[in-house]
Amino acid sequence: MIRLALWLLGAVLLGGIVHLTTVLLLPRMATQDAYARVSTIAAVNTVVPVPAPTPEKSVMPFMDPAFAVSVCRYDLSRSPLKFSVPISQAYTSVSFYTRNDVAYYAINDRAAGRRVIELDLMTAAQRAELPENEEITRADRLIVTSPTATGLIVIRALVPESGSAPAARNVLAAAQCRPQ
Amino acid sequence: MRLLFGTVFALTIAAAIGLGATWIALTRGTAYGGVTIGAWTAWPKNGTAGIDPYARAMVARTGELPVGVGDGVAFYAKTDDAGQPLDGRCDVLLSGITPQARFWTVTLYDPEGRLVANSAQRQGFTSQEIIRRADGSFDILVGPRARPGNWLPTGGVEKYLLALRLYDTSVGMATRTGSEAPMPAIARRACL
Repeated sequence: MIRLALWLLGAVLLGGIVHLTTVLLLPRMATQDAYARVSTIAAVNTVVPVPAPTPEKSVMPFMDPAFAVSVCRYDLSRSPLKFSVPISQAYTSVSFYTRNDVAYYAINDRAAGRRVIELDLMTAAQRAELPENEEITRADRLIVTSPTATGLIVIRALVPESGSAPAARNVLAAAQCRPQ
Repeated sequence: MRLLFGTVFALTIAAAIGLGATWIALTRGTAYGGVTIGAWTAWPKNGTAGIDPYARAMVARTGELPVGVGDGVAFYAKTDDAGQPLDGRCDVLLSGITPQARFWTVTLYDPEGRLVANSAQRQGFTSQEIIRRADGSFDILVGPRARPGNWLPTGGVEKYLLALRLYDTSVGMATRTGSEAPMPAIARRACL
């Protein structure tokens, strides 16, 4: 009896380990995560429009249909990236996700405070290599550090009324992400 | 022999417990750190680098991208205020006001996060489109049959959920109560 109880206890402990391991490993093993889904439509280091979600087809689940969306699937392994997008009439935001879909930074048009959201995206190592002259560290240059060498920039422009969809798409069409 | 039998027994149970617990945790939506106001729950922490491992695994499984906390916050409702699951064959009244935000949107999804087809081709409203009363409050009727005013069609689906997303808002991880973030009430009316 005691022997059976010991085997059971061991099984439960091992079960707990299996549970925690699978939860921690799943983000690395997932083949249908947002990054993988975007990879099927977007080449590296270019801004690509994401088709608006419809009941039949949606690149990702839970997309907000009130937004025009573009993505830049970035790869910083060669060089840092320059990113810019003009802001739209209504609301524009830029969100940054790691290779494992963690939202590590987001900025909207009001926080940017200008007509254009402009920033440099680089890894921590590339940032450490930046020369320390005042030209480069001037306050108005926004530098975002990516925790992973690859990831996603998601650019979203609100379509407040259905008539303003072309304007929002035009804004996104002017977005740029290119290696320096 | 006994050792072999015991090992196989223990390993089988361990696999069943471990994988079963993972499956339940990821499908039931048992993420930590939610902000619940009425029938609405948001997980603002999922839009930050501090997202917990369970939420990360869930996001990887569903393939969605959480709303970044510098962008906005997304509240979801699966039930009405009385706790009944939202049923597309019933009329549901969404009424009240929303927390402070520059813009908000309300969207109807099926439980897998797909939009729901309907004859009116409407899947949601933005704060600009909504018809309000003089005091700024609004009613949205969510139901299968066409209604005057703000009608959000359900397409008659059995189960759905509502997402209320606030953009450029002060609502976030520090928000705890409905007095800080007044969310619209969800009340069930008649069913088909």
